[in-house]
Amino acid sequence: MKKFTKIISAVLIAASTLSAGTAFAAGGGDGPDPVLQDWSFAGVFGKYDPAQLQRGFQVFQEVCSSCHSADLFSFRMLSKKGGTEYSEAQVKALAAEYTVIDLEVEDGERPAIAADTWPNPFSTPLEAAGSNNGVVPPDFSVLAKARNVPQKFPNWIGNYFTAYQEGGADYIYNLLVGYHEEAPHGVELGDGQYYNDHFPGHKISMAPPLSAEIVDYEGNAPETVEQYAKDVSAFMMWLAEPDMTARKELGFRVIMFLILLTGMMYLVKRRLWSNVDH
Amino acid sequence: MAHQSNYKPNSGFEKWMDERLPIIRLGYDSFVDFPSPKNLNYWWTFGAILAIFLVLQIVTGVVLAMHYTPHVDLAFNSVEHIRRDVNWGRYIQSAHANGASFFFFAVYVHIFRGLYYGSYKAPREVLWILGCTIFLLMMATAFMGYVLPWGQMSFWAATVITNFFSAIPVVGDSIKTLLVGGFAVDNPTLNRFFSLHYLLPFMLVGIVALHIWALHVPGNGNPTGVEVKSKADTVPFHPYLTMKDLFAVLVIMIPFAWFVFFAPDILGHPDNYIPANPLVTPPHIVPEWYFLPFYAILRAIDFNVGPIDSKLGGVIMMFGSIVVWFFVPWLDRSKVRSGAFRPMFRWFYWVWVISFIGLTYLGAQPAEGVYLFFAKLCTAYYFLYFLVILPFLPNIETTKPLPASISESVLAKSAPKAAE
Repeated sequence: MKKFTKIISAVLIAASTLSAGTAFAAGGGDGPDPVLQDWSFAGVFGKYDPAQLQRGFQVFQEVCSSCHSADLFSFRMLSKKGGTEYSEAQVKALAAEYTVIDLEVEDGERPAIAADTWPNPFSTPLEAAGSNNGVVPPDFSVLAKARNVPQKFPNWIGNYFTAYQEGGADYIYNLLVGYHEEAPHGVELGDGQYYNDHFPGHKISMAPPLSAEIVDYEGNAPETVEQYAKDVSAFMMWLAEPDMTARKELGFRVIMFLILLTGMMYLVKRRLWSNVDH
Repeated sequence: MAHQSNYKPNSGFEKWMDERLPIIRLGYDSFVDFPSPKNLNYWWTFGAILAIFLVLQIVTGVVLAMHYTPHVDLAFNSVEHIRRDVNWGRYIQSAHANGASFFFFAVYVHIFRGLYYGSYKAPREVLWILGCTIFLLMMATAFMGYVLPWGQMSFWAATVITNFFSAIPVVGDSIKTLLVGGFAVDNPTLNRFFSLHYLLPFMLVGIVALHIWALHVPGNGNPTGVEVKSKADTVPFHPYLTMKDLFAVLVIMIPFAWFVFFAPDILGHPDNYIPANPLVTPPHIVPEWYFLPFYAILRAIDFNVGPIDSKLGGVIMMFGSIVVWFFVPWLDRSKVRSGAFRPMFRWFYWVWVISFIGLTYLGAQPAEGVYLFFAKLCTAYYFLYFLVILPFLPNIETTKPLPASISESVLAKSAPKAAE
């Protein structure tokens, strides 16, 4: 039995780790290694920090959302438990500040309600590309899950045991703080391109979006590029996975239950087979 | 069923039923009274684990299909809708996606167990061939399922895989067009893949039923490879094997729950969270981990052989690597069934398993330099094992003496000191 479990776990680890080699396509590769952050939502007991998400939302609202869409982001999500946790009244008031297109009302426009999704800053992809150096700014809805940080062998093996799922947030943080004022010697940047340590190929068409004191925080959080980057990365992770806290809480209970049941089942099996030579 | 039926209808209804449709008798003979070797080890529990995962995939899949929209403009967001807005949707979706991985993990263990203990040998050739067919169907089903979320990897995997068929001379392009429903992967592809992804699992259930039927005629093999000789060699399936299998299923459920609840995306590819875009090719197109060994074999062929170009050669080798499994019962000419009594075979077997795992790793790496060299080496050994080692090894191998019966081997094991 012991030998069996040993072999099983070895095979499981081997099989799962091998697949990981495929999982790190996004990311620069030849630049400096990304610095992984300490996220409140990492690990089995990870939870989003509502204060951080609210700050991140503020950065998104005041900076990012002038170019980036978030089609799956509905206002009502902002009052969900385990997320930004605004009150329903706050969300209602916030939504009312925005105008959404509704072809069934007069004039085709009306103030948003909580059930509406975040209005797209551009009416067509063509217009979005036209205003952004010919590149459509990627939609934010699940962007944090569509990115990852490159990790060298054998560092990623541990990911299966720590359930590391924050690669997207780490990538976005590093990207936001990875701009250089000038490209290194020998790198030719095109018109409207910027040099970034962590963008694949290093030439990014997004101007450095953050600078110190660009967003006015209410509390004591520092108004630095690093803090903004961290807050908005956390917000984007939440946007991609708004029910993560509930998922992990349920998961813990499920696994505890399974371990208990498995232990009892083992006793049943042992008792049953105790009078059979096998 | 092959063994004597010991079913006795207890109630009036059972007697009535037994004379009309003896389905209760079938169930009793197959899953309650069925005599099973008492020396089965835990590698034999993977059949039950697979059955559970097949049911799990079908149940979760049927629910997902209720909320999913097979249309190129809506598919991606409908999967997100399931994860965000459908009650329990994020767990059902995660269980289905990770369930595919566990299904394949279990099937590989099941197949490798068969290869080690010679489970394919007479009289179980048909059982083995049905198993190989199940594996092929599983691959087709999993591939089409992976296309449905319509992310970048879905789209490009569909493009790459359907392109294989265009390598077939003369009719290749027509077959590809038929598969894709046009000249490129698009809405018709998504629609037919959805339809087939729903159909194939039920065909799987049918073949699994045949697989179990073919198992119950000769009965289970066992680690010694010596057939059951008397009733003393066996225990009834219920409760002995049902409870043991249930325990093994629960053991597997723990890592499964770990993936479902704590790392639902870790076995997937981040690029599949980017909606499909025919105009942007991802930098690395890689299949899911369970296809990587075969993908490595495909890419290992980078040279032309006579009239066969490297593309067709790769496709032939890739399909050949599974086709060869169908012939294993006749390729392996050893009279001794179980690898436990074949000292030389064991080495070749484990090298084969390592090279298979190596191919899994290499399939995820770029096809160049040292990776390509090792992929070729592992591919060569893969075929060498089946085509040369299995047929000719018995000529030079001296096998260990076999126990007279299962009971004797069990007694020798439980009292090793007394035997000395």
